This record gives sequence, structure tokens and C-alpha cells, in this order.
Amino acid sequence: MELPTLQDLNLAVTLPSMGLALWACVVLAVGLFLPERRRHWNLVLSLGGIVALFLYNLTLFDLPADRQSAFLGMYRADNFTAFVNLIALVTAFFGVLMAYEYLKRTHIDRGEYYPLLLISTSGAMLMGASGDLAVLFVALELLSIPLYIMSGLRRPNAASEESALKYFLLGAFSSAFLVYGVALVYGAAGSTDLSEIFHRVNAGLILDQGLLLAGAGLMLVGLGFKVAAVPFHMWTPDVYQGAPTAVTGYMSVGAKLGGFAGLLRVFIVALPAVSGAGDATGWQDTIALIAALTMILGNVVAIAQRDVKRMLGYSSIAHAGYILMGAAAAGSPDVRDFAVSASLFYLLAYAFTNLGAFAVTVAIEKDDATNPQLDDFNGLSKTRPVLALAMALFMLSLTGIPPTAGVVGKFFLFQAAVNAGMVWLALIGVITSVVSAFYYLRIVVNMYLREGPGEAQAQRSFLGVAVGLAAVGTFVLGVAPVLFLDLAQRAVLVALGG
Amino acid sequence: MEPAPLNISAYVVLSAILFAMGALGVLIRRNAILVFMSVELMLNAANLALIAFARFYNQMDGQILVFFVMTVAAAEVAVGLALIVVIFRTRRSINIDELSRLKD
Repeated sequence: MELPTLQDLNLAVTLPSMGLALWACVVLAVGLFLPERRRHWNLVLSLGGIVALFLYNLTLFDLPADRQSAFLGMYRADNFTAFVNLIALVTAFFGVLMAYEYLKRTHIDRGEYYPLLLISTSGAMLMGASGDLAVLFVALELLSIPLYIMSGLRRPNAASEESALKYFLLGAFSSAFLVYGVALVYGAAGSTDLSEIFHRVNAGLILDQGLLLAGAGLMLVGLGFKVAAVPFHMWTPDVYQGAPTAVTGYMSVGAKLGGFAGLLRVFIVALPAVSGAGDATGWQDTIALIAALTMILGNVVAIAQRDVKRMLGYSSIAHAGYILMGAAAAGSPDVRDFAVSASLFYLLAYAFTNLGAFAVTVAIEKDDATNPQLDDFNGLSKTRPVLALAMALFMLSLTGIPPTAGVVGKFFLFQAAVNAGMVWLALIGVITSVVSAFYYLRIVVNMYLREGPGEAQAQRSFLGVAVGLAAVGTFVLGVAPVLFLDLAQRAVLVALGG
Repeated sequence: MEPAPLNISAYVVLSAILFAMGALGVLIRRNAILVFMSVELMLNAANLALIAFARFYNQMDGQILVFFVMTVAAAEVAVGLALIVVIFRTRRSINIDELSRLKD
């Protein structure tokens, strides 16, 4: 066998994720030598790296076919990867920006936050890019392990430690399911390469159908934990409530993005030929059922929450359900391309909206280690009108009311489900969206119609920038979705070429 | 030289039993370290299956994946034990039933 040359490895296209991991090492090394008063260099370096890679990543759309694979097929550099990278870098940007002042005033300004966040982001990007089950597994751990540490960053705060240990134990548990699933799929198909698995399954060259189904099921469990799908969601509210708010904000989008990128890669590239009824693939009904349960449980339980972070935790479960609806629709071959781009668009819309909502939550959080409650929003429109306006926009977007990103995203997802013949699923989506209005709009009511304590807190500039940018993103995606939908539509998985 | 034919189903069944024991341990055990050890058992069950399949197909892929799993498991141990130590310092206990501050 000939050794691959450096050119075969095609390193340049892997730069967004690899470069981010390398840059994290630089930030870590520099951070070690920063004295107290120069700590802002952590922020500057992290943001600089993220922005530079974001711009570079824009050149990676529509690569010629011979440049679309790197590391001999282990890394896929198609439009799907480029779009996932784009969302991941946006998430990391907000994650860094909203944490800077928060870490300072809660006295957890440990330099590790920034490299950990960057490494975790590179894991999310790699999950979207994986062309092999081995890469998928390593990427999942690269995404998860830094998140365990970040959840516990506020030690010796008991809630933060508890959330870190819970997240760690359940995360490791779910990875074990994923690995065992990988082992069984490898055993059934005789390969870990995603397109090779597809070809073998398609040609009927598998060892045992039961082995393949069991493997696929276990992988679905493992990834279901990561995206917080019912019934694998138990950890989500506890972890979201206990982790430092900025970390929760990053995690709510970053981990979900990685999980969905991996899920779509595996189930649409490798396993579409697993037999099922009619044209649809065998896993479509299962994922549709999980999506329905996730939407219902997330939205219904969120109503009862008083703690804002816990409520947003249940809300994030509900949104995982909406995206899973897209994944289920992608099981029908005719709808596949549209459903994948609808899911990606929704992830982008969700990233802006949810990060914005968390940035506002960070802004109203007090310094005394208590979590913000729904009543803390009372009278916000008087004391900080701009912040209240932005929060109202995010809440409208999470509910799915125009003119915001959320409504456009939901519209595409419902359309995908209907086109795939799953009208019942789309109906559940619409009904649960109406239910969700109850708890989202309660915050708006608290801000505008209730009287608050009337004391304005100190303005925080970086956080203000984060809120502003998120609001602009939410609004622009809502009024001019064409710009990004076109990009997302080009991001369909070119799976079957091999 | 061709390796001797392998009775693959025996290995798969053994690994499934180990995996089930690990999963049961995670659900039943209350000590964080024992829960974590059960997770390791699950990972090693997967490793056994991977190696058996690699031998069955006479390929290297499965064996290489085992190295990745072992490396990642080591990274997880490093983080997990650190978290358990931190928790023990604050609470003097690593019983996961006592981790119940966070709830509705």
C-alpha cells in the first residue's frame, strides 16, 4: 500500500475545525502567562481566531469534488460541513462574548474557559464533517469532555459541581451506547466508512440485519442523549440549571448542533438503505415518534418552571423535537434534501435566538450565585428598555411569531414533515408551538406589564454587543431568510456519490 | 496464512452480556466511582465486539477504533475523577442519591 502524500490529506479544507483546536492550544498557552490586568487578551485572541476562521470557512462552500474529502475520506468537506462550521463559529463567538464579563463578576475568571470552549466547538464542527464512525466518536468526545469541565467551572458552588458530575456520568453513559452501536454497525457492515456502509447495506452485503438494527438503535440512543431528545433528556434541566449561565447558553446550542450534525451524517449518509415500509427508511417512524414525544414533553413541562435557566432547558428539549421532525422527514428520499436544509436553517435560527435569550439572562443574573427567576424580569421594560425589547424579540422567535427567525425555521420544518407524508407530526408541532406561547410570552408580560423593583443594574458593554448582534441575526433571518436558506439548500448531503 | 475461522456469535453474545451488566450497574449503583466503573465496563464490552469483528473480517479498522476508544476513555477518567474529587471535597460524599439540590 502506498503511503498518502501530504497533498492527499488535503489539510487546507480541514482548517476550520483543526485550526480552531490548534488555536485553542495557543490561547491556553498564552493564558498561562497573562497577569490579572491583561486577562482581556483571552477574549481578544479567542474572538480573533473565531472571526478569522469564520471568514476562511466562507471560501469552503462549493468546493470542487476532488477537494471535498480530506484524510482519505475520514473528513468530508462538503457544503453540509461548511454550513455546520458556520453555525458552530457563530455559537462560539457568542459563547465567548457573553462570558467575559460574567466570568469576572462571578469570580470564576479562569483562563481555561476560552480554550475549552474553542475545543468543544471544534468537536461540534468535526461531528458534522465526519466521514467515518471513528471520527464521529472522537468528535463527540471532543465536544463533550470540555463541556463537563465547563459546567463545573463555578466550583466550589454546589449546584455547579452537581451539574458537572451529572452531565459527566450521563454523558459517559451515552457515549458507551454510541460506541457499542458503532461496534455493532461495524460488525454488520464490515466497515466504519459511512459511504462504504451505505453501499454494503444497499447491496445487501451485511452480516446480519438484526445486528445492524441494534447498532443503529444504540447509536440513536447515544446521539439522542446529546441532543436531549425524550426519553434521553433527564439530565438536561438539572445540568442547565446548575452550570454557569454563560456555559449553559453555549451548551444549549453547541452540544445540540454537534449532536444533530452527527445524527444527520450517520442516518442520512450511512443508513438510509435500512429497509422500511415503502420508500421511507426503516428509522423514519422511530425518529418521528421520538420527535413527537420530545416536542410534547419539553413544551408541557416548561410551563411549570419558575427558574429561567430550567425553563430554557425544557424549551431546548422542545426545540430538539422540532429539529428531529426535520430529521424524520429526511427519511423520505424525495424530501431528504429539503428536510436537511430546513433542519440546518432551524439550527442557525435557534443559535441566534437562544444565545440571545441566554445573553439577556446573563445580563439580569445577580452576583449572589442565585439563579434568575421569571419574576426577575418584572418591569425590565422600564429599567432597561432596549434589553427588554431584545428579549421580547427572542421570545417571539422561540414561540414562532413573525417577524423572526423562529417562525421561518418552523415553517420550513412543518413543510418538510407534510411533504414527507407526516401530517400528524406537523400538527403536533403546531399545537405544541401554541402551548409554548404560554411560557415564552409570560416573560414578555412580566417585562412590560408588571412592576419591578425599578433599580437599573450596571450596563455591561460586551454583553450588550452580544445581545444586539443576536437580535439583528434573529430579525434578519426572519425578514430575509432567502439569503441563508439558499446557503442551507446547497448544504444538502451529497451522500450517495461515495 | 488465513486465520482460523472464528465463531463470531459467541463473542458478540459475551460482549452483549458485559454491556448489559455495565448498563445495569450504572442504573443500580449509587457510588459515583462504581457508576463510572460500570461505564468503563460498557466501553470495554464495545472494545471486545470491535476486536472480534476486526478478526472476523481480517481487517485493521476495528482494532484501530479500539485504540481510539481506550484513549478517549482515559481522557474521560482524567476529567471524571477530577470532578469526583472536587465534589468529595465540598460534600464529603460521592453518593449520587445525595446530588439532589437541582430539581423543579
